[in-house]
Amino acid sequence: MNMYVLEMHNIKKEFPGVKALDNAQLMLRPGTVHALMGENGAGKSTLMKCLFGIYKKDEGEILLDGVPVEFENPRQALDHGVSMVHQELNQVLERSVLDNIWLGRFPVHGITIDRKRMLKETKAIFEQLQIRINPLQKIGNLSVSERQMIEIARAVSCNARIIVLDEPTSSLTESEVKHLFSIIRMLKEQHVAIIYISHKLEEIFEIADEVTIMRDGRWILTTPIAEITKERLISSMVGRDFSNQFPPKTNKCLDEVVLEVRNIEGAYSPAVQDVSFELHKGEILGVSGLVGSRRTEMVETIFGYRKLKKGEIRINGVPCKKHIPRESIARGIGLVTEERIATGIFPLMDVQFNTMIANLKSYARFGIIDYKRSTRETKWVIDTLSVKTPSQRKAIVNLSGGNQQKVILGRWLLTSPKVLLLDEPTRGIDVGAKYEIYQLMIDLAAKGNAIIFISSEMPELLGITDRILVMSNGRVAGIVNTSETNQEELLMLAAKYL
Amino acid sequence: MSPTMKKIISEFLLKNALYIVMFVLLTIIVMVQPGFLQLQNFYFIITQSSSRIILALGIASIIVLGYTDLSLGRNVGMAAIVSSSLLQAANYSQRIFPDLPPFPIFFPILLVMILCSLFMVVQAFVVSKLKVAPFIASLGFQLIIYGLQSIYIDQLNDSSPIGGLDPKFSNFAQGAIEFSNFRIPFLIIYAFIASVLVWFIWNKTKLGRNMYAIGGNIEAATVSGVNVIFNIFTIYIIAGMMYGFGGALEGARTGSVTNMLGQGYELDAIAACVVGGVSMRGGVGTVPGVVAGVLLFQIINYGLVYIGVNPYVQFIVKGMIIVLAVAIDSQKYVKRR
Repeated sequence: MNMYVLEMHNIKKEFPGVKALDNAQLMLRPGTVHALMGENGAGKSTLMKCLFGIYKKDEGEILLDGVPVEFENPRQALDHGVSMVHQELNQVLERSVLDNIWLGRFPVHGITIDRKRMLKETKAIFEQLQIRINPLQKIGNLSVSERQMIEIARAVSCNARIIVLDEPTSSLTESEVKHLFSIIRMLKEQHVAIIYISHKLEEIFEIADEVTIMRDGRWILTTPIAEITKERLISSMVGRDFSNQFPPKTNKCLDEVVLEVRNIEGAYSPAVQDVSFELHKGEILGVSGLVGSRRTEMVETIFGYRKLKKGEIRINGVPCKKHIPRESIARGIGLVTEERIATGIFPLMDVQFNTMIANLKSYARFGIIDYKRSTRETKWVIDTLSVKTPSQRKAIVNLSGGNQQKVILGRWLLTSPKVLLLDEPTRGIDVGAKYEIYQLMIDLAAKGNAIIFISSEMPELLGITDRILVMSNGRVAGIVNTSETNQEELLMLAAKYL
Repeated sequence: MSPTMKKIISEFLLKNALYIVMFVLLTIIVMVQPGFLQLQNFYFIITQSSSRIILALGIASIIVLGYTDLSLGRNVGMAAIVSSSLLQAANYSQRIFPDLPPFPIFFPILLVMILCSLFMVVQAFVVSKLKVAPFIASLGFQLIIYGLQSIYIDQLNDSSPIGGLDPKFSNFAQGAIEFSNFRIPFLIIYAFIASVLVWFIWNKTKLGRNMYAIGGNIEAATVSGVNVIFNIFTIYIIAGMMYGFGGALEGARTGSVTNMLGQGYELDAIAACVVGGVSMRGGVGTVPGVVAGVLLFQIINYGLVYIGVNPYVQFIVKGMIIVLAVAIDSQKYVKRR
């Protein structure tokens, strides 16, 4: 009998320009709950994706019961008893609980599906896990926690010996968390090993037996939970130096308020609640928070891409009446969205088109476009932001992620915004391009623009912002001066309303 | 052969597969009937293509937006019926409106252009505001318009073809500018003007840029401040005007308008767009592409008739070309992992 049911040794994974995993490892004992911790971007998800074959690892070894394995896809992993419950549940909402549990492996009876057997086995599993849900109900009518239980039941029905839970409690109430934990304990008794990914320290100390901490794609330590303190856990997660990663700060935060947000609330879920703050001329305001803290929703609501239910937004003291992107742009707000592919680029159009599209109003006279000016200004974007592209007429999809991001930044610079909302502008781009974007932000602020900068990487927030607003569960958990704070405080604030 | 060479060749083949197939077909046609390569034939083809070019350009804007329109054919039919019913010769014995005073042909043409635009406005509302899938919405409009025009022609003309058109109206479609021994049909001139106009809108105006933006990435367009609804309405109105004009042309060209005129035109127009490189996913397409698509399609059409291919076989060939065109287009979007 092996001591470990799963061993991952020296896993390496490189994306263009980024070392996502560098000697990552994970050793999982049967019948235990193993917490996997680390900041956003530490490589937890990447490690799991390598396990399930969603990414192909560059180097390293994965042993299941001491036997080397390499899964091609999650399906194969499932066949070997390795299963994952994702943070975003992938379920067919229009179908019944029963269908979702058996999806992809319906038992058959000749050429027809054996519903009797499905129902019998599902009921047995539900009983075993003490889940009280009618298997014939449509899954879309259930709550998130119930849907999560069903995912776990699905894993159990596949005879999973390893179940990965990715942030399972991020949208559960306290009593739902209790139920989840009782299910986890039951699974432990049946020798199922659980990899538990979470940011919530209290939970980790309650449910986990062991913890592995990752940072910057590297394994930092693995220890029984009883042998580590909260403080040491946090410091191992965040500790790193950041010298010369950031350009010198030359901007000055002035007293003049450019943007004033008062008690805004979004109309549709996921919505921000009661968000208020002021943004000053020349200021870079960082926004920190965990995944699901609705930072993106906040800036999208300010910009008018999401509908506002309550509250007021003022620019230079004047309240905005119409909350739609077109109006916001006219009033001097720009938004670089988080999802570059989904809401940023026009992939098949050329660089010039992509820079000019938010600014057509100023190029057009009687609806006819002044291409000379657009060409000149696109050239300015390419030169100023050093966009690497063979020409203005190259389709943007052929550029690297960093260069695409610069084109989008350029698009917004051309609208001469007073307030620039940047949602994870440095995500997925290489180190050099990151530095250039930091420099650009500081230069803009030095010229009197105001910037809101959302980031999941705390060092860059601490490196270039003036103040940091921490979001927690859709609310403002606090606004701190960058010079007087540290990662520990930001992490504490981020968990305030969980 | 080195792998890179292989890659280049396969990419070239994929990119030009459609033209290669067209070329092969053309070669077969010419081999069977060398007489096909007469100037006269190409003159016919271009003339025949003219109203199709106008209609295809109308629908192409909608396809570039990322939508589609199956009501084109019935819009054309309605425009033909209404315009010709108002433009019958004064001395024709079976006039629908016997007491109608003669007026410039310009008015009925404008009227049907407005009429089609109105239907397209409602359709634009249904697809952009009510979010009904364009396929279904336009299918509904196809039926609604057909019902209305059937009532019109049934009540007023006992469902018999509308004939005896005003010679001025006939001349509007059948006439030509004539130099000594050189003749340019009006049809070609209309198609040329329409092409230039649409090219200008697509490439030089804010409307055109917004159209590509909406078709290319509607969410990014919204974030970039594009007034999505307004632009969709405008494009639909323009398309409606082109349908109306094309319909009047078809009416005047055929000279005897039945209730069946226009049936299936949308499929030919969509096919021509696809063959001309307009992506059914939206955001991609050029005016020269659409014009070339119509011409290529018409050449094959005409050629197959010319060499006497069984008309049923012609359907098969056309169908295969359409599927091939879309298959090639789709290859560009296949996710490679």
